This record gives sequence, structure tokens and C-alpha cells, in this order.
Amino acid sequence: MARPRKKRNKEIFALGNEAVVEGALLAGCTFYGGYPITPSSEIMEIMAQRLPLIPNGSFIQMEDEIAGLGSVIGASLAGRKAMTATSGPGFSLMQEHLGYGCITETPLVIVNVMRGGPSTGLPTSPAQGDVQQARWGTHGDHSIIVLSASNVQECLDNTIEAFNLAEKYRTPVILLIDEITAHTREKIIIPNPDEYEVFNRIVPTMPPEWYKPYEETVRGVPPMPAIGSGYRFHVTGLTHDTNGFPTSRPDEVRELNERLFRKIDQFLHDVQLVDEVDTEDAEIVVIAYGTVARSAELAVKQARDLGVKAGLLKLSTLFPYPRKATERIMAKANTLVVPEMNMGQISREVKRVNNGQVSVRTINKVDGQIITPAEILKVLTRV
Amino acid sequence: MVDMKGTQLIHEYLRHNKKFPHVFCAGCGHGIVLGSLIRAIHGLGLKKDEVCVVAGIGCSGRLAAYVDFNTVHTTHGRALTFATGIKMAKPGMHVIVVMGDGDSMAIGGNHLIHAARRNIGVTALILNNNIYGMTGGQCSPTTPSGSFSMTTPLGQMEQSFDCVELCTAAKANYVARGTVFHVKKLDKMIMEGISNPGFGVVEILTPCHTQYGRKNKYKTPVDMYKMLKKDVIDIERYNKLSEADKAAKTPAGVFVQKDESGLEEKFYEMAARCQGGV
Repeated sequence: MARPRKKRNKEIFALGNEAVVEGALLAGCTFYGGYPITPSSEIMEIMAQRLPLIPNGSFIQMEDEIAGLGSVIGASLAGRKAMTATSGPGFSLMQEHLGYGCITETPLVIVNVMRGGPSTGLPTSPAQGDVQQARWGTHGDHSIIVLSASNVQECLDNTIEAFNLAEKYRTPVILLIDEITAHTREKIIIPNPDEYEVFNRIVPTMPPEWYKPYEETVRGVPPMPAIGSGYRFHVTGLTHDTNGFPTSRPDEVRELNERLFRKIDQFLHDVQLVDEVDTEDAEIVVIAYGTVARSAELAVKQARDLGVKAGLLKLSTLFPYPRKATERIMAKANTLVVPEMNMGQISREVKRVNNGQVSVRTINKVDGQIITPAEILKVLTRV
Repeated sequence: MVDMKGTQLIHEYLRHNKKFPHVFCAGCGHGIVLGSLIRAIHGLGLKKDEVCVVAGIGCSGRLAAYVDFNTVHTTHGRALTFATGIKMAKPGMHVIVVMGDGDSMAIGGNHLIHAARRNIGVTALILNNNIYGMTGGQCSPTTPSGSFSMTTPLGQMEQSFDCVELCTAAKANYVARGTVFHVKKLDKMIMEGISNPGFGVVEILTPCHTQYGRKNKYKTPVDMYKMLKKDVIDIERYNKLSEADKAAKTPAGVFVQKDESGLEEKFYEMAARCQGGV
């Protein structure tokens, strides 16, 4: 996480999945709707215990993941901060409503604890196979924010960040973690209320009769009233005009679609979160995310001990892909190494940014096992 | 309640800034349902801000855009899932879900039976026209055996769903069937459905002449309304018929009326007890 914090206090020993819940509750989440699936179920189970204990908290187990995300969108439209969690098969079912969330600009958070695929795959083993699905899974051209977490503390921190970005940009935000981080139990620090920022969606202040639900604003993000707050308007998954009613007029269609991209693209500096380790003088830089970034951190340290000028670019934001940070690294490094538990999904993005300027090496593993520090070190020392 | 009639209700409850005309064909029953819904809401004296109309996809789905309430036009078959989220988040809201027959019983069949089972306090209006109208006249789960559609050119060989029996078996609080021909009764059913604390279903038989009628020997829309008048009879009269006569008739009326509290009420009661420091 790129955002620093001052002092630390309460420490707990928690699973990655538990940390997601802690983060969500700190961020102000009061609604969870979903369907249980390994290896994300602990998030749902703990939410079922915790949400009834907080004022206005509500929890519901739906009949499938489609319904789970549907209920989350409904709750978010009704003014709640809402989330769901799932894994690969459930994430596939959610794609329909993910697109609905994008076009209706409904803030929500989906946590996808990645397991081996395709299909039912490896329910209890880690993978990073859903990265491009998170970006392009729902039909139609759309913009989206995808975050990741590489350890239990980041599960907490990045869940808060996911809620903040969702509220700020009125968009679904996907947090990708993998089975290892979700089921790792380690010490984490619960931040004090003054140590983290909570962003709430902007609500309209004008009289209801002046309100236009999808009007252009400076930031490209229109204010969003809750259902029942006096602003009666139409929400639709059809392409709509600024009043929210269906349209197929090319000028109105273009305006909406372009704004949906622009509202995120003009604030990339706020959305693209990365961490850099030893990159100042690095000649060979590992670009990693999720659990693999943890292996990479140790590998980079060991490589330094062996005299290799290695560094790590750890991606907290996967999409929009942090192009600027990668280009900054490329200015000095002559080799990029991209280890992933898939056959090359973020390395596609790296190669696209790189465009043949430096050498890009990939380490790919799809056997349900983590990429170890030794495997990365081997590549770092051989290059 | 201010006494309002005809055009006064239209001016009060239809959206002024919506680009009319509506999508319904001449002779379609959906507009009658829209009128019935408005009269029911007006009759109950509900505030516009406290009403949320959630609709699915299809001709019936477009109904939400015309009324001046909080309106959500959702995805195909999933309207009940959004409604469940809205009701859980805002239990004071009167959530009314408008769906078609294909919407609610084919792609959304699972959501329908589970909404009924968990008895969430929303009201579902199922506009059953026995066909996929907007998509161009393909068969739906309620297309009667033997009738014709674009995807059953040789006649429907499957059985059709009985919405009332389905929702009754799934334990909905309130189950009724009305038609767009018997409008006074329909107004009352929608009012009762909205007033019920749990899950209410009103199946509304509404003819689609454009896609169903003309392929099934109903020469004009009027013939379809005549069919509703002739074939749909009150449940009490229906029960007195012989088994042979029953086959040709469809019973209408209120089938189930229970007073169980809705899921959201139970949930918040339990939550209040938990927060009370037990």
C-alpha cells in the first residue's frame, strides 16, 4: 500500500478473509449479499456474525452469485455501502451484474478469492487466473478498477481502498486475492479511525426537481442520491441519457460511454497504487502482485545479497494497469521479470507498455502451487 | 387520499420528463396493469418517495420508466434480487417488482421461488402474456401446450408452468391471479399484495396480440379479451365445476393469504435484540 500511516495500535491474528471483513467494516460497509464458495466462505460467515451487531447492518445469503450481486446493487442504490465475495465459478456468474454496476455507476466491492480453474478447477488451491476476466469479463466495452492484495494486512488496507475508490468514482471495484493470502493467518494492525480515510459517495444538494441523475460534472462522476431520499429517478441497464431514460441517439450514447471511461482515466494518479522495493538503481525488476509478490520480495533481497541489482514493483492496482510506474522502472532497468500463477495475464500488460524496449521474462505456474522465492531468484541470478 | 380520476392520476403519477410514447402495442394489456398499479398505490395513499418499482427485461420491464416513483430497470430475470437488496437496505420502502412470464419463470425462476420461500416483503406483479413479446414471439414457460410461437412452429410440446401453484408451493404469503379484463378485482389484488407484510405475487393475465394472438387464431385483440372474459372464472365457481369442465377454464382470485412477517422484519428484530447487548 502506497498510503502511509502514522502510528499503529490494536493488533490481531487473522486470516486474509477475516482481514477483508475488518477492512470492509472500517470502510463503512453495512450490507453483504452473496453465496458461499470455497475459498472465500469465511468472509461471508464472519459477515453473517458481525453485520447484525452494527446499526443498520444487513446480511443475506442469496440463491446464487447472480442474485448475490443483484442484492448488493439493490442495497447500494438504496444508499448502503455493499459488498460480496466469491471465487472463480461465482465470479463467472457475476459478470452479468458487474456490467450492470458499471453502466448504472453503482458503487460496490467484489472480492474474488482466486482458485485454480478453469471451471470447478482446484477449489482449495491458489491461482491468479481471473486477472483478465476481472478486467474484461463482463460484456461491452467498459472501464473498471481492479485491486489486489499480497498479504493479510493488505487485505484489510486494500478493502478500505476498494470501498473508497468505488464510492469516489461510482464504479464496481474488484479486489483479487488468492487462496494462499485468504487462508494465511498472521498478525495485522487495525488502524485507528484517524489513520485511514473513508470516502462517502457525493449526494446531490440541489432541489429534487433540478436533479439530473447522469449529468456531466467536473470529475465526470454525477452525485448519487439513495432510493427513498426524495430524488426519484430512473436507473436502467439500457444506455441512457442524462435524465436516466433509455436512448439510442448517437450523441447521447457517445457522451455516456466516453464519460464512463473518462471519470476513471483522468484520475489515474489516484487509482494506480504501487509499491516499490529497491528500484532506485535496479537493473532487473520483478513486477508482481498477490501472494507471488511476497515470494518476489524475498527473492529480490536474496539477489541483492548476491550482488544482483534487483528491485520489485508490487502492484496493488492491476487495472487500470499502472503504465506510468512501469515506464519509470523501464527507464533504468534492462530486464523485467513477471512471475504469475497463470500463463501470462499481467505480463500481457507489461509487454504492451514495454513495446519491445527492454527484455521481459515471465515465470508461469499453473499447477496449484505457489511460485517460490527460489524459482524467482533463479531467474534473477541467471539473467 | 385526494380523490383523483383518469387524467388527474395520469398527471400526478406519470413522469413528465419521460420521452413518451410508450412501447406498448395497441391492444396490449400492459397499459391496463400500469393504470391498475397507479390506482392501487393512490388508493393506499402511499408517498411517491416510499415506493420503488423494480422491473425486469421485456415489454413489462419498460413499465417502470413511465411512473414517477423510485424506479429501477434491471437485468433479465433478476429483478427480484435487486428488490431483495433494496428491501433489506430500506425496509420502509414499498418495493413492487414488475416482471413478465419468461422473465420471472424461465430465466428468473430460481429467484422467484427463493423470494417466495424467504418471504421477503416485496410485491411481484407477473404480467403473463404466454409469450416473449419484445424478443419477437418465442415460446415462454407459460405458453400453453399445443400453441404456436416462433420457436414452436409445430406447436408447443412442453407443459406450461402454473404460476399460482408454483408460488403457493414455494410458500409465498399472498398469491393471486387476476386479468386485465377484470380490472376492479385487479386493483384490489394489487392493493392487498402491497399491503401484505411478506412476499406477495399477483399473476396478471394480459394478452399479447402482436406476438401470441395472431399465431394462435385470435384474429383481433378484442378476441383475446373475450377469451379472458369467457375462460377465466372466479376460484369459487371454478371449484364447483366438474373435472372435465375445469380443463377449459382458468381460475382467478386470491389463492393464498397469510400474515407472516417478511424476512426484513424478522432480520431487523433479531438484529435489534443482538444490539441490545444479549
